[in-house]
Amino acid sequence: MAYKDEQLNEEKVFKDPVHRYVHVKDRVIWDLIATPEFQRLRRIKQLGTTNLTFHGAEHSRFNHSLGVYEIVQRIIYNFQDRPHWNNEERLLCLCAALLHDLGHGPFSHSFEKVFKLDHEHFTQQIILGETFVNKILERVSPGFAQKVSDVIAKTYEDKLVVSLISSQIDADRMDYLQRDAYFTGVSYGHFDMERILRVMRPIDDQVVIKSSGMHAVEDYIMSRYQMYWQVYFHPVTRSAEVILSKILHRAKHLFENNYTFKLEPAHFISFFKEDVDLADYLKLDEAIVSYYFQAWQEEDDPVLQDLCERFMNRRLFKYIEFNPNQQMNEWMELYRLFQDAGIDPEYYLVVDSSSDLPYDFYRPGEEEERLPIHLLMPNNELKELSRHSEIVESISGKKRTDHKLYFPADILHRMSDENPVKKRIFELLYGQGERIKNVD
Amino acid sequence: MLTNHAKLMQFFAVAKEVTGRKKLQKMIYILQKCHVPFEEKYQFHFYGPYSEELTLRMEELCNLGFVAEEKEDKSNYYQYNYKITGDGLAFLNQFALDMPDMEKQVELLQAKSSRFLELVSTMLYFDDLSKTEAAEKIHIVKPKQNYTADEINEAWTFIDSLQKNPSH
Repeated sequence: MAYKDEQLNEEKVFKDPVHRYVHVKDRVIWDLIATPEFQRLRRIKQLGTTNLTFHGAEHSRFNHSLGVYEIVQRIIYNFQDRPHWNNEERLLCLCAALLHDLGHGPFSHSFEKVFKLDHEHFTQQIILGETFVNKILERVSPGFAQKVSDVIAKTYEDKLVVSLISSQIDADRMDYLQRDAYFTGVSYGHFDMERILRVMRPIDDQVVIKSSGMHAVEDYIMSRYQMYWQVYFHPVTRSAEVILSKILHRAKHLFENNYTFKLEPAHFISFFKEDVDLADYLKLDEAIVSYYFQAWQEEDDPVLQDLCERFMNRRLFKYIEFNPNQQMNEWMELYRLFQDAGIDPEYYLVVDSSSDLPYDFYRPGEEEERLPIHLLMPNNELKELSRHSEIVESISGKKRTDHKLYFPADILHRMSDENPVKKRIFELLYGQGERIKNVD
Repeated sequence: MLTNHAKLMQFFAVAKEVTGRKKLQKMIYILQKCHVPFEEKYQFHFYGPYSEELTLRMEELCNLGFVAEEKEDKSNYYQYNYKITGDGLAFLNQFALDMPDMEKQVELLQAKSSRFLELVSTMLYFDDLSKTEAAEKIHIVKPKQNYTADEINEAWTFIDSLQKNPSH
């Protein structure tokens, strides 16, 4: 029997708190899960620093990847024998679902920004490079690894296949919303996925939703909206992200200025040089990063030492609401005052912005980029969701932004009350009719 | 603070006005590929390379009053046009920004249609492929656009001309 068709003697299952069970019968999938590149995902948290806000959020990219695979498997099961669906693409879809986040590194968001990396680029490299994953995919058939890579990169010719993993209602989002809600313990991220799966239909090059399932989709869109603002952009999590980014900036700065680290940052050197190859990238996981942060608390550099101590012991920055347009002058004065106080504003005075777009639509003739969610009406017409749903219409295309100014209130409080610099800093920070927000 | 926002404002200070969201997306991507240090992350989408980060950052710039968005009714669709505002220029003037001169490249890009820039940006997205492979890939990922061989050749010539006018 060809490798691509090989089945395990007995179906394997992973117990899963979100989907109850993740089922594996294909030998290829079982072999991919066993590779070191996939097992590495156990050591990368799905939500980075969110566990400092929601202590349950310790789940990993490994859990999520299995979840996306399971959802795609259930979608394909429902699609079998339906027109427009080509079951020859089944294994390709399952592999792409399982491997779609393979290139994520530790604390992806901060690492990518500071070291100018792109996890999608590393996903491609792992799939196409000299790796265990590549060997398995090429055993399926020559060129199969390239197909999997194209699906994940959204450049595969069959857009229906791409849309299962990447669209406004895809397996990736359906898994992470439910999984993140479960592990953070919040009640917002829940929706009736079983109902959505039952009303999904393949039509030409897209997945559409039977109009009778519209309310389940409304619930999904609102869940996404709530999760972004209640969990993903939580100001305390952003405080931890700010400190994490500043640690990485500081360590890079010290390296570039020939600082002698007590602990040689061997795992970081190619990152500091912005010349990271795949082998270096795969070696760095969150356990390694935490080890360095723990050790750097003993460094002589006071900024690196302080920032690491803050991150490891959750001594986070406080914040105030901030409008860069109306408060530019205050910000410039604060910047100078921090310098006068001997507090480096490059590391200790940080504006952070968050934005989200809950659902966007594309209508023929308009120039949006996101493919919309289409409803399949009883007369077989397709209608864009926000034209039919008042709830979705009310949030469609509505973007929300939020700016916050982060700073170490504890350092400011330790300054002498007689110090005029302190007085002025507090006037600027407290004088906006708003108290400094605790991040406790 | 807001360095990436300031880089975009610098672009608008040079471009004066950009007509259409798709054109803006492609212009920034093409400039990135010409080594102008915009940091917005791009992925392949419906119309080729697209940056969600750029969309959201533009929204932030509009909310802050640094960039003005004008919705223009083109009878069968809406087009969104963007211009830097007085507040935006004032903010930019307070910023010590080290950006290369991109005037010539912006001028070349402004003169082209969004459809053509979609083709150019898609070709640049596949710049690791040979010219023949890239042309094949364009027909695979954009079958509905029906790009002709002439358009693809014109796009290669255009890319050469952009690279002959590097940013300083």
